[in-house]
Amino acid sequence: MSFINYSSREINCKIVYYGPGLCGKTTNLQYIYNKTNPEAKGKMISLATETERTLFFDFLPLSLGEIRGFKTRFHLYTVPGQVFYDASRKLILKGVDGVVFVGDSQVERMEANIESLDNLRTNLAEQGYDLDKLPYCVQLNKRDLPNSAPLEELTDVLNPTKVPQFEAVATKGVGVFDTLKAVAKLVLTELKRGS
Amino acid sequence: MSNQLVMYEEELQQISAICDVLQRDSNAKAVLVIDKNGQAMAHSGEVEHLDVTSLSSLTAGNVAATGGIAQLLSEKEFAGQFHEGEKTNVHISIVGARVIMVVLFDERSSLGLVRLRVRKAAAELTHVLEVLVKKSEAGNQPSVFAEITDDDIDNLFND
Ligand SMILES: Nc1nc2c(ncn2[C@@H]2O[C@H](COP(=O)(O)OP(=O)(O)OP(=O)(O)O)[C@@H](O)[C@H]2O)c(=O)[nH]1
Ligand SMILES: [Mg+2]
Repeated sequence: MSFINYSSREINCKIVYYGPGLCGKTTNLQYIYNKTNPEAKGKMISLATETERTLFFDFLPLSLGEIRGFKTRFHLYTVPGQVFYDASRKLILKGVDGVVFVGDSQVERMEANIESLDNLRTNLAEQGYDLDKLPYCVQLNKRDLPNSAPLEELTDVLNPTKVPQFEAVATKGVGVFDTLKAVAKLVLTELKRGS
Repeated sequence: MSNQLVMYEEELQQISAICDVLQRDSNAKAVLVIDKNGQAMAHSGEVEHLDVTSLSSLTAGNVAATGGIAQLLSEKEFAGQFHEGEKTNVHISIVGARVIMVVLFDERSSLGLVRLRVRKAAAELTHVLEVLVKKSEAGNQPSVFAEITDDDIDNLFND
């Protein structure tokens, strides 16, 4: 749920990174955090297990510049990808303005990708959202690994509706900002359309 | 989007004033008003040393988790929470179903006093929020997005 503050002249939006366990959601936020100027970011919060798996969420507040004198602020969240954290995923999706689905390119993670994408659709629907109507991008991550599935196959299965899609190597930052910019742009365009 | 939250100068001043009065009357260190999705709306008191953005996001997460627990127990939302620290105590309450009020206080105050003052402030805040929602739903306020063009949005991302 966006928050337009006419008093402080700010547009605040919430973007959620979704995807199966270990697909690289937290890595995306860490890369963004590391490459962003101190004045444009707040603290990154990671509620994680001792083994660095996301337990509840990661949170990174980010400013992406001004439009017509309004600061644009994006609150980036990741969900915990492990299947049994579903209750937490539902909570993080509340009030979402835009979604990035991070797929894991490795052949053996295909089933986990599909399950997570189904889960995203279901959890959004439960809260009255339709994935096809939300600002939404797909990132195919871990393109550097030798066991990654062919691009066409991944696209067919994980992006049948042909939303903006990006190949990524999140650990090296490849595709990370492209994905972020694309979803942020879709969010602002949707806000404009809805106003 | 129908569930968009909008804040105008007039209401922000009213909400800030409510925070100020609550902070003073309850001898609190600080008062924060946060929307349930974790956006800071207003605050009062000693906040210079606080990371208000992080605090807002974590509090909202905490309230969401507690709400989830309530649902599992077929409870209506738990109305409030209290955390006791060595130096600082935190009183968290939900106001008007969509806003969270946080009071940070120390030994200069007490839970009883905070509870009492929060109740009064919550009633006032509920009223302001109702007006705010009506105002933004009426749709007769000038919208920033009326001025923003697709080019403006494009330009933001061209570096
Ligand atoms: N080779 C390779 N490894 C990656 C890439 N992106 C992330 N990883 C690694 O994959 C592992 C898991 O990454 P995370 O970002 O923690 O995964 P996550 O999606 O947040 O996982 P959960 O928190 O359990 O949902 C880490 O060891 C990362 O370094 C990539 O593009 N290529
Ligand atoms: Mg993670």
